[in-house]
Amino acid sequence: MISQLSWKIGGQQGEGVESTDRIFSTALNRLGYYLYGYRHFSSRIKGGHTNNKIRISTKPIRAISDDLDILVAFDQESIDLNAKELRLGGVIVADAKFNPTIPEGIEARLFAVPITAMAEELGTSLMKNMVASGASWALLGLPLEVFNKAVEEEFGRKGAAIVEKNIEAVKRGAEFVLEQAGGPLDEFKLDEADGQQKLFMIGNEAIGLGSIAAGCRLMAAYPITPASEIMEYLIKKLPKFGGTVVQTEDEIAAVTMAIGANYAGVRTMTASAGPGLSLMMEAIGLAGMTETPLVIVNTQRGGPSTGLPTKQEQSDLNAMVYGTHGEIPKIVIAPASIEDCFYDTIESFNLAEQYQVPVILMTDLQLSLGKQSCEELDYNKIEIKRGKLVENVPALEGHDLFKRYELTEDGISPRVLPGEKGGLHHVTGVEHDETGRPSENALNRQNMMDKRLGKLNDMYIRDAIRVDAPFDTPELLIIGMGSTGGTIDEARSLLAQEQISSNHITIRQIHPFPTKPLLPYLQNAKKVIVIENNATGQLAAQIKMNAGFADKIESLLKYDGNPFLPSDVHKACKELSLDGNIQRV
Amino acid sequence: MATFKEFRNNVKPNWCPGCGDFSIQAAIQRAAANVGLEPEQLAVISGIGCSGRISGYINAYGFHGIHGRVLPIAQGVKLANRELTVIASGGDGDGFAIGMGHTVHAIRRNLNVTYIVMDNQIYGLTKGQTSPRSAEGFKTKSTPEGSIESTLSPLEIALSAGATFIAQSFSSDLKQLTRLIEEGINHEGFSLINVFSPCVTFNKINTYDWFKENIVNLEQFPDYDPSNRVQAMNKIMETNGMLTGLIYQNKTRKSYEDLVTGFKPEGLSKQNIKITPEEFEKLVAEFK
Repeated sequence: MISQLSWKIGGQQGEGVESTDRIFSTALNRLGYYLYGYRHFSSRIKGGHTNNKIRISTKPIRAISDDLDILVAFDQESIDLNAKELRLGGVIVADAKFNPTIPEGIEARLFAVPITAMAEELGTSLMKNMVASGASWALLGLPLEVFNKAVEEEFGRKGAAIVEKNIEAVKRGAEFVLEQAGGPLDEFKLDEADGQQKLFMIGNEAIGLGSIAAGCRLMAAYPITPASEIMEYLIKKLPKFGGTVVQTEDEIAAVTMAIGANYAGVRTMTASAGPGLSLMMEAIGLAGMTETPLVIVNTQRGGPSTGLPTKQEQSDLNAMVYGTHGEIPKIVIAPASIEDCFYDTIESFNLAEQYQVPVILMTDLQLSLGKQSCEELDYNKIEIKRGKLVENVPALEGHDLFKRYELTEDGISPRVLPGEKGGLHHVTGVEHDETGRPSENALNRQNMMDKRLGKLNDMYIRDAIRVDAPFDTPELLIIGMGSTGGTIDEARSLLAQEQISSNHITIRQIHPFPTKPLLPYLQNAKKVIVIENNATGQLAAQIKMNAGFADKIESLLKYDGNPFLPSDVHKACKELSLDGNIQRV
Repeated sequence: MATFKEFRNNVKPNWCPGCGDFSIQAAIQRAAANVGLEPEQLAVISGIGCSGRISGYINAYGFHGIHGRVLPIAQGVKLANRELTVIASGGDGDGFAIGMGHTVHAIRRNLNVTYIVMDNQIYGLTKGQTSPRSAEGFKTKSTPEGSIESTLSPLEIALSAGATFIAQSFSSDLKQLTRLIEEGINHEGFSLINVFSPCVTFNKINTYDWFKENIVNLEQFPDYDPSNRVQAMNKIMETNGMLTGLIYQNKTRKSYEDLVTGFKPEGLSKQNIKITPEEFEKLVAEFK
């Protein structure tokens, strides 16, 4: 019996890889297994190799694995590209149609199943994904009725006949492979899961769900990978809550529409990735200058320019921290799990209104699109805080205006919404006085700059840094952000077996940088290694600039488009602890 | 009920004496009073340029945004609170150069926003460069040998983009301009009102006298039917765009707000935003 295994399906884009993965993982979720998915895809719709990998475990997991147990292949290319991941004794389930062969040097068991032929027998080659998944499900020895239930849900709305045919396809695939293998494979027999169905979603869905819980009722956005799922989720849900999604002509319109709507009192967000974020820069400054709340989700992908649009990267840090001309207060938050995506979205909307600043919620492609099991989300933790939003203010005299930018001790001024009788004021991106009227007065300028920039003094989000520090003076302090946390933890358990002590800190508040809470951990570690998916060590630079310790901070960088594997992190950490040198992955 | 005086404030505009923008400001104030608005029910959103300052000169809610983005901001305001009357305003550079993409799509979207373009055929605040509205051959600091690009016809573009309300006026004709702004505000959908607003400092060609000589008032054509799209396009082309009055209005197409599924007549900003435990459970259950 084993506690975890990895399954992968590969084929041409548009060939059913996605739907096979969906049904397979839904069925596993029904049984109560923890799942962690990874999508390898390209910037095209039909054709080109694509694969989905699922890690299945009886315990919570937050990382992809180095190796692979079962590979389901629709074509030889899928075998050629992925077989090297198979562990010794791994299994390939492939379509007999293309006479599959195992590449030289790979030791694996091959089951050639007439996948296409069986599907065609049943009327359409479309059903080959059902034959293939039935076969691989059967090898795991998992109950077929649970799988059939998932099939029913997937095809139910297409009618009973379609469901029946698909279930028959599953059955034929299962029977064929069981006969070849002589029954389910013992080495793949998973421990029984707890039977508790988990929430199973991608980060983008958690953000969409979080935004509804936060009271976001409008979204203005332009489609882009890997952000579009957020708008696609919200356009299905927001009308039920009186709101909507507007697909704008570009990201500049998206962000400025969001600014207008926030100004008029509706929690509104936009979401994009690097190219869209670049287009939003001027407007981010407008939000900062006019102290208009704003939430932007930036789902990072490979840059620069169009870069690697469907690949993992964490290289927009500098753009998010420094972006826009001039100087404004801004918050950048990096959720590190699906649960974070949900709760941080709610917090982003609160912070945007409490501090009247733009908030950027940053994810990376793996966090946004990797489907994972998620802990229960707690309704009782949903709090809506609107800061100094005021109503029913006293009437104005003569030509007086409401002091929307009143100089206050904490720099945050009362905010009224258009429509309020006593609240008339002006809003402008030009430097302005307390009523919002343009002013070039030097003293006013200084006061207003100090007011705005001082708003975030000592501002900390929930878990600004997330600390797992079992050691007072560890050999290594490993620092990461975003989706890398689970991978780092798996590497740490390998390090622990080798008696190398390590602490782990996830930086969740990227800006303003949480220097104060981080300092003691940096001080007490012998060596520090910062793990990030970019080429220049942007997070490490933030740490060095804000907290110092440049002499003991090393970087492990990966920018080939793929997420870190536990082995990458383990190897680098081990090298660093042994001889103080690390190689780039 | 508010009079136009209540839409005035004590800010002295920084426009040059004689600038056409003064009359547009007055016309907006009069129209707002004439349609029965109170200052707090009006939001004036403006772009960047001389004309962009207008949101600070009207006693109402004013938002002076960034160059070229007046329309997305105005549409955001309207989506958030459809009970507000939203006037967007900016210059020809703002709306037809840097912001042209937004103009076309705001027209297509057809939110109930009134867009007043203060069209002086030149860049004023940057001290005299060519605009998409400048005539071919027009000499400016950036086109010392005369503009070699064709002049943009916003009326033709608006009509082909599916506009439901197109009007044009001249800042000297306060009466017509006020009436057209009132009609624009009352129109259920997006209204484009292009206003010839002479720049007395940098544009020595398109002067008040020049406009008076060259424009044709649609009132001269008693048979003109503004609901006829083909006739409207013909008239724009016949007059080379130098016509004033209500050029086109489609009263049958619904506004964006009326077409959005689930959108209520009450302003979205006034609605409760906390979801119930039952609603939450239902949303979460979809992920199991």
